[in-house]
Amino acid sequence: MAAKRHSLFDRGIIAGAVVDSFRKLNPLSLMKNPVIFVTETAAAITTVMLFNRPGGEPLLFDLQITVWLWFTVLFANFAEAMAEGRGKAQAMALRRTRTQTVANRLRDGSVTKVPADRLEKGELFVVSAGEIIPADGEIIEGAATVDESAITGESAPVIREAGGDRSAVTGGTRVLSDRIVVRVTAEKGQSFLDRMIGLVEGAKRQKTPNEIALTLLLSALTVIFLLVIMTLRFFGMYSGVTFSVTVLVALLVCLIPTTIGGLLSAIGIAGIDRMVQKNVLAMSGRAVEAAGDVDVLLLDKTGTITLGDRQATRFIPAPGVSPEAMADAAQLSSLADETPEGRSIVVLAKQYGLRGRSIGEMPHADFIPFTAQTRMSGINLDGRQIRKGASEAIRTFVNGSFPDAVNAAIDEIADSGGTPLVVADNTRVLGTIELKDIVKGGLKDRFERFRAMGIKTVMITGDNRLTAAAIAKEAGVDEFVAEARPEDKLRLIRSEQAIGHLVAMTGDGTNDAPGLAQADVGVAMNTGTQAAKEAGNMVDLDSNPTKLIEVVEIGKQMLITRGALTTFSIANDVAKYFAIIPAMLVGIFPVIAPLNIMMLSSPQSAILSAVIFNALIIVFLIPLALKGVKFRPLGASTLLRRNLLIYGIGGLVIPFVGIKAIDMIITAIGLI
Amino acid sequence: MDIYGWLQLAIFTGLIVAAAKPMGLYLSRVLDPDARTFLDPVISPLERLFYRFFGFTRRQEQTWRSYLFSLLVFSCASMLFSYFILRLQHLLPLNPQGLGPVSPDLSFNTAASFTTNTNWQNYAGESTMSYFSQMVALTLHNFISAACGIAVSAALVRGIARERSGTVGNFWVDMVRVNLYLLLPLSLVFAVFLVSQGVVQNFKPYSVAQPIEPAAASIPVADGGGPAKNEAAAGQTIVQGPMASQAAIKILGTNGGGYTNANAAHPYENPTPLSNLMQIFSIFLIPAGLTYYLGLAIKNRKHGRAVFTTMLLMFLAALCVCWFAEVAGNPRMHEIGVSAAPGNMEGKEVRFGVFGSSLFATVTTDASCGAVNAMHDSFTPLGGLVTLVNIQLGEVVFGGVGSGLYGMLVFVILAIFLAGLMVGRTPEYCGKKIEAYDVKMCALAVLVSIFSILGFGAFGAVTTWGTGALGNAGPHGLTEILYAFSSAVGNNGSAFAGLGGNTPWYNVMLGIAMLFGRFLVIVPVMALSGNLAAKRLVPASSGSFPVYGLIFVVLVAGTVLIVGALTFLPALALGPIVEHFLMNASHTLY
Repeated sequence: MAAKRHSLFDRGIIAGAVVDSFRKLNPLSLMKNPVIFVTETAAAITTVMLFNRPGGEPLLFDLQITVWLWFTVLFANFAEAMAEGRGKAQAMALRRTRTQTVANRLRDGSVTKVPADRLEKGELFVVSAGEIIPADGEIIEGAATVDESAITGESAPVIREAGGDRSAVTGGTRVLSDRIVVRVTAEKGQSFLDRMIGLVEGAKRQKTPNEIALTLLLSALTVIFLLVIMTLRFFGMYSGVTFSVTVLVALLVCLIPTTIGGLLSAIGIAGIDRMVQKNVLAMSGRAVEAAGDVDVLLLDKTGTITLGDRQATRFIPAPGVSPEAMADAAQLSSLADETPEGRSIVVLAKQYGLRGRSIGEMPHADFIPFTAQTRMSGINLDGRQIRKGASEAIRTFVNGSFPDAVNAAIDEIADSGGTPLVVADNTRVLGTIELKDIVKGGLKDRFERFRAMGIKTVMITGDNRLTAAAIAKEAGVDEFVAEARPEDKLRLIRSEQAIGHLVAMTGDGTNDAPGLAQADVGVAMNTGTQAAKEAGNMVDLDSNPTKLIEVVEIGKQMLITRGALTTFSIANDVAKYFAIIPAMLVGIFPVIAPLNIMMLSSPQSAILSAVIFNALIIVFLIPLALKGVKFRPLGASTLLRRNLLIYGIGGLVIPFVGIKAIDMIITAIGLI
Repeated sequence: MDIYGWLQLAIFTGLIVAAAKPMGLYLSRVLDPDARTFLDPVISPLERLFYRFFGFTRRQEQTWRSYLFSLLVFSCASMLFSYFILRLQHLLPLNPQGLGPVSPDLSFNTAASFTTNTNWQNYAGESTMSYFSQMVALTLHNFISAACGIAVSAALVRGIARERSGTVGNFWVDMVRVNLYLLLPLSLVFAVFLVSQGVVQNFKPYSVAQPIEPAAASIPVADGGGPAKNEAAAGQTIVQGPMASQAAIKILGTNGGGYTNANAAHPYENPTPLSNLMQIFSIFLIPAGLTYYLGLAIKNRKHGRAVFTTMLLMFLAALCVCWFAEVAGNPRMHEIGVSAAPGNMEGKEVRFGVFGSSLFATVTTDASCGAVNAMHDSFTPLGGLVTLVNIQLGEVVFGGVGSGLYGMLVFVILAIFLAGLMVGRTPEYCGKKIEAYDVKMCALAVLVSIFSILGFGAFGAVTTWGTGALGNAGPHGLTEILYAFSSAVGNNGSAFAGLGGNTPWYNVMLGIAMLFGRFLVIVPVMALSGNLAAKRLVPASSGSFPVYGLIFVVLVAGTVLIVGALTFLPALALGPIVEHFLMNASHTLY
């Protein structure tokens, strides 16, 4: 659901947004956007002046200016409504799942059916196969397969079970098999689904720190231009020029930064929306902004950089041992080994022509499980004691030294970042198994691009230094922390923050929660524990740790979009001055005509063209505000040069062209 | 725009570029209480004496609030001090001409003017001020107001450079060190140089020169009606006094208040081409050095160089426009037979010519100096426009000593805030995040100037006290009013002389405008400094906003022009811009 994209010009959304743009005309709600509020006030003044005309400009001119001023406000409202509408469409689908749910409340051993929204935090409920989980909670009994596609858009079901890191369930998802007892963990109205709806709707959106600062500056500019317009009336009195209210108001609205003022909130909402499209729920706009600022990425090795578990990639037989014998022993020793490493050895052995064997075929066999003390596992079969394990453990087991070739193989594997396992049959060393981490594809390029953007990647792993170094090199991360314990993550985040870095990390376990809370951007995996989800400021519904990279890119894209449109908006003023100022003065000072460098056809058409351009540019920029400017992972200097060229120079030139074109059109069709 | 002009410009630019680094290195030592300078053996005992006398040590640091409080108290006290000296000058020594007390409103205006480093003069020095008033009430301020500006800029630079610091330096230490190590020695050397060029330095009463041929003046009657009438010349009074000492600091401290009414156009204040060049150079000397100090202090010399380059390019652009306009001259004058060859020579010293006057005018308005060697009122409309716009930009092109740098840094921060997001991070200046509070302070600093100039200007333009003082009607008159308040708010002090400003209304209004333009800007700047100092530093990386390079220079210049200058375009259109077109295309003259 969440993954469903809405086309930019979805008809339903546009229709809703049009209605909303009128609803948003309410001055009380516009007040939080000072630039547009001033525009609305200006439009109201010219409207009143239509009925109280002391002379001056023709009525048709005043009327058209007034209409376009209202359009300016409506277009700004429309931009915001469009952004909200896209979110609302997603929220609507979510809400549908919530309202229909019935909960089986478990109280004192008896089950009663109640509507889902009546469940209190701490209460228990039961869900069986085929039912929808009514609220966020933690499984306290049983295990089940759950279809979470309603939230994640991922159709493959996941296993949820009591205890451990996979105990959290989300309201709105469906149990496919088995029966579980769940304790409610969220307050009423505070469930994950509720928050998600609130977020995508943008209803409870708070301005981010940068938005607040930008709004402040835009307000200051508005105040400056108000003063410019007010004093201009006095300077005009000195010079014997009487400017009509309509003309002064038109100049004011053209000069104040209506473009960015109208698009600012849409850009912010669209940023959150883009996260949702990537199946990441940002808990606040602030988190999205912080994602753009992040300059250290803390990445778990397992799952993020490597595919997950280590895999057997190679058997290196000892001198005088045939590869088949070696593979056979390796397979036997791993038959009872249910770890991913063990399974991968069995799989690799099959490539040596061995058939698959099962434990059941060997009733006499005695399986030796892995323990932390012995650090090896194996099988006792027909007097053979076959073992595989860490080289030190096997050395003790065979009670002697290894052949030189075996030692060389062990060193070579360890040096290249793999883990060597030695296989022995009684006291005979058969060979070495290479276990390797498989680095995900394409990461090296990505990290390279991050480096260009000034973002440092740090890999954190419990492996020893040698292994960690080799993987770090292969994946292309900048730094790594080896032999890390869970609490090291928190320490590392704090030390990076102490020297001024902003850190992002992903996590899923309960012991990741402190780190997720401390990090500037903490992306919790949706499969993770409730504690982890509460601690982070984003949740990745796909539970894909590599997505941290996309999160940062979306954050940056939102900031760049905001900066680009701000620059564009401010640069626009130059052309508007050149359109309006000569038009205002040419009546009393005909000599000033050469200043009309755009050669606009008449003073009135010049002013009207500038006002129309000012209104239409908001509409033209809505797609850009919603989609974001194209993001390229480049260094700051290059980005600045490129964007300043496009949006700064573009902002200077485009209005000259646009105003001239509008002037030609309205003159041709005789509006003036 | 002849080859001699270009040559002079090349020499001047070369001097500024060459001087910025040594000046900046020296400044960085003066502004660091722990550093030593080569003058230490001579001055450091004196410095310690000051500290002991006032009871503080040079290691004592102040928060921005107490730094600002010290500055305001000090300025207020010194302003009152000067006010009373002017009021009581007839009772005080060193008054050989027997000049009477200065009127209350003129005293207020003058005290405000010198306290704010404006040096707007609604009086002719030689006929109003005694030697004592000039030396104590006025020259004193030339030093301390300049030092105040440098102190505030140093506090702001420290705010940028420091990390998680509660303090921004010590106002009193900065004042003592800037005066003792920088302004006094520098103006001593410069004064001696000026004396060598022929600037007078004495306490003699004014001399009277008897013309060899009495009754030589032949004055034509206005409008060409009737025969010229002859008037007997009763001898010419020639002004004397401690001129070199005041001329030196008026230039170095970008004060600009001339000893004589003619200021640097007077042959005794500016006698030779060399003294002219060195005076212009000295206006930019400390402001240029401060940009290098900025680079040193924040350990990013490229940034200092970029700020310097921005200023230099904006200066060169302004100069070329002004020079071009003055060379082109007034076509109406050419029509009635005045030679077009020398350009517009009205109100200019023949000794300096069009280029020397244009250069001085551009420099003195780029910086908040205000000393003049030609009358800006007589410039062509475009030439005059350049001087006016320079002031209205906030005098950030090199600018006043200190005030130019902190004014420019306000624009730098605004530029980075507006465009900085385009690198994909929230705006960051030299490792400091720019947040709502910083933006608020920068916006306030800009708002105050724009509000004061436009507000007072509009008030003056529609009131009888405002228009009654005008020497010219029409657009030129409006320019005169705008110029007066721009000059006051910008603490420039140069005048578009056509305005008879010595009226109670103008004295009070201009006085208030000067105080607003100085202290209402310093307050937010100090708040900014304190807030920046307390922030943590984000380590620089390839993702940090680049505060150097051509793109940065263009960005900052663009912001100064769009935010600073375009705001005034509507008002300017009614003044110099209309006048320019009227001059070229009609026969209406103002």
